[in-house]
Amino acid sequence: MTVKHSPLWEVFIRARNGVAHKHVGSVHAEDAEMALQAARDVYTRRGEGVSIWIVPTAQIVASDPHDKEAMFEPGENKPYRHPTFYEVPDEVGHM
Amino acid sequence: MAQADSKFVLRLADDHLILGQRLAEWCGHAPTLEEELSHANIGLDLLGQARNLFAYASQLLGGTDEDRLAFLRLEHEYKNVLLVEFPNEDFGYSVIRQLFFSAFMHPYWQALTSSADAELRAIAGQAVKEAAYHVRHSREWTLRLGDGTEESRQRVQTAVDDLWSFTGELFEVDDLYRQMMEAQVAPDPVSIAPTWRETVVATLEEATLQVPTETWMQTGGRVGRHTEALGHLLTELQYMQRAYPDMAW
Repeated sequence: MTVKHSPLWEVFIRARNGVAHKHVGSVHAEDAEMALQAARDVYTRRGEGVSIWIVPTAQIVASDPHDKEAMFEPGENKPYRHPTFYEVPDEVGHM
Repeated sequence: MAQADSKFVLRLADDHLILGQRLAEWCGHAPTLEEELSHANIGLDLLGQARNLFAYASQLLGGTDEDRLAFLRLEHEYKNVLLVEFPNEDFGYSVIRQLFFSAFMHPYWQALTSSADAELRAIAGQAVKEAAYHVRHSREWTLRLGDGTEESRQRVQTAVDDLWSFTGELFEVDDLYRQMMEAQVAPDPVSIAPTWRETVVATLEEATLQVPTETWMQTGGRVGRHTEALGHLLTELQYMQRAYPDMAW
């Protein structure tokens, strides 16, 4: 018997209308339709979502961990970029 | 408003309990983790439907414990169709068995949502959505196995040929069933047949599989005459209740 691993897909789920899809994990599947079904069966068994996105893992472009100093440290000492200096009206809801 | 006969409700309950148990047998044995969960999910959907039906049957019988109905009857007292007790064999058999069963149950539940029996209408309302997904899942797998490799095609064709003669029982009408039809509790299977055939034939053809021409059909489940496979299934299904009578979680 030949063992061949199916391609990997990343799964994103929207918990309810109005919020963004969030990465929840990955599944193996031969094609997009089967990946969608697998994602539904693995990640929405307890009413976790109202919408699923799946993306071929191979299509994701990731930052290189070796670049983290240049990429992320410059942002750490700039507190003035945080919007913490004004009141957010209650009517805005979650941001 | 008309009420269902408990014997009719038990037939439906047994179909779902037994197939649910069959799917549970894939736990720890499915080809991939994803399919393990899919089969467990479908099995649990069926068990949930069975539970609603057993609860209703026990109510119709004047309060018999639903666990006794599910776990403590003898082999010939189960009235499920033979199709659902057919062993898993391989993944292809399980997929085809599910396709044949769910392609029937989806339109059947749909019809039951306008049953004269209010309780059955309520049970059907939830079950019809679950059955729609069961059709989708088994259909997609049939397409990929049939139109897959030489081996998968040959295996799944064998499953289709072997299971075909177990599909006639889904459409059987006996005296009890005729009464349920006359009371407008249950739909006429003749009205379900075109939808079933359309789903099954379209799926098999798209999967490049041969649709069997065999017209001779197995029978016996509805009167408690079962294949050898059911006894083995029941020993596992009933083990806990037999070893620890009246146990509860």
